[in-house]
Amino acid sequence: MTPMCLAIPGKVIKWIERESPFATATVEFGGVRRRVSMDCVPEADEGEYVIVHAGIAISRIDRSEAMRVLETLEELELAELRESVDDLPIDRPGTVRGTP
Amino acid sequence: MKYLDEYRDPAGCRRLAKEIRTTATRSWTIMEVCGGQTHGLLRHGIDRELDGVVRLIHGPGCPVCVTPLESIDFALDLARRQDVLLTSFGDMLRVPGSRQRLLEGRGETGNVGIVYSPLDAIRLAEEQPDRQIVFFAVGFETTAPATALAVRRAAELGLDNFSLLVAHVCVLPAMETLAANPNSSVQGFLAAGHVCTVTGHACYEEFVSRFRLPVVVTGFEPIDLLAGILQCVEQLERGEASVANCYGRSVRTDGNTHAVELMGEVYEVCDRPWRGFGVVPGGGLKLRPKYASFDATERFDFNSLPIVEPKECRSGEVLSGQIKPTDCECFGTRCTPESPMGAPMVSTEGACSAYYQYGAAESTALTEGAKS
Repeated sequence: MTPMCLAIPGKVIKWIERESPFATATVEFGGVRRRVSMDCVPEADEGEYVIVHAGIAISRIDRSEAMRVLETLEELELAELRESVDDLPIDRPGTVRGTP
Repeated sequence: MKYLDEYRDPAGCRRLAKEIRTTATRSWTIMEVCGGQTHGLLRHGIDRELDGVVRLIHGPGCPVCVTPLESIDFALDLARRQDVLLTSFGDMLRVPGSRQRLLEGRGETGNVGIVYSPLDAIRLAEEQPDRQIVFFAVGFETTAPATALAVRRAAELGLDNFSLLVAHVCVLPAMETLAANPNSSVQGFLAAGHVCTVTGHACYEEFVSRFRLPVVVTGFEPIDLLAGILQCVEQLERGEASVANCYGRSVRTDGNTHAVELMGEVYEVCDRPWRGFGVVPGGGLKLRPKYASFDATERFDFNSLPIVEPKECRSGEVLSGQIKPTDCECFGTRCTPESPMGAPMVSTEGACSAYYQYGAAESTALTEGAKS
């Protein structure tokens, strides 16, 4: 069953037809190839990723934007690491742990 | 799969969930608009993970669920005609009409065919010139470009045996109806990522300034959902309300202009009754007069019988976020996916079916790899 607003990313393998309203390309989804309508993404290049819903590509994936949320995650991971380093019990000579 | 798996990383999910819990100084009520998001949130256990910090209210974003019974009865009527093959997405064909369903279990009530794309219905019309192929066009702005393209192709090919039963709905007017309700407890919205892929998010600026509620464009994978919730909580904590885009890999400010042009060429905005809402001003799309010859309601007669809404079904309250599916007395007893009373129990995007499917599930994106 196809959820109504489900759209999945696929890689444009080969343009078949450029003419509107019949623009078509072969697009690959995890190894499975399908013919997809390309009328809404006429600028898409072969090798590029598009998002496909109900047989038509509705957007081209922006690669730098795709990294953004993952970069935020990396920042969170670094912050977590720093915290855990701060929490490490470090014995320094001449100091008593727990004092300011 | 590239651009999917990296947004399902359990460690990343846990980090974002922790950040949300750290950021929130109180409990916030957020509505996810799209049914696809509802399913993602429940499937990955995000609602339970954020329990006490974020209350998630499920929005009306299940097009199958809000399709008026009258349209479904019309579809049933068409499917009984010998000269017609009625096609649509599988979900739509399983929703009960007033008196019966198009697909009863594995059997079919009439001449119906499930298609993956409206363009498949065009192919059927080419292959079967002696048969009338009708596509039941349901869906939000995500789907409308595909059905508009089908009409453009049918016109170009001169197909006189193809038509659409149009029940498209527009999401922003429904959000306005919800936000304007004085009883609404929603403090922020996660806007539907694939609707915004088509429409863009500039159209939400006016909404945000009118209602002073944050709108965060959000995707569907667990990392996307958590990032959207975090952005919304951060705005709420700062006392801000703005439009933010957390699904930038697919959504541009002005959306997909080719898709918007295609929709505008074939459809015009109209008022439309939404199941559970009543008439939503500007809440639907209909064919423009120049494409009226592809309108199934023009091509076929329909004697509408009085609409019979099942009395016990509380899907209207579920769709408008007033109750959770589990608050309904019929949930899981007299109403199940195998024997549904209302559309939200049928559709893969319906909130009731999500609760039924994932209610007892223990595995979550936050405890293990969430490969679907």
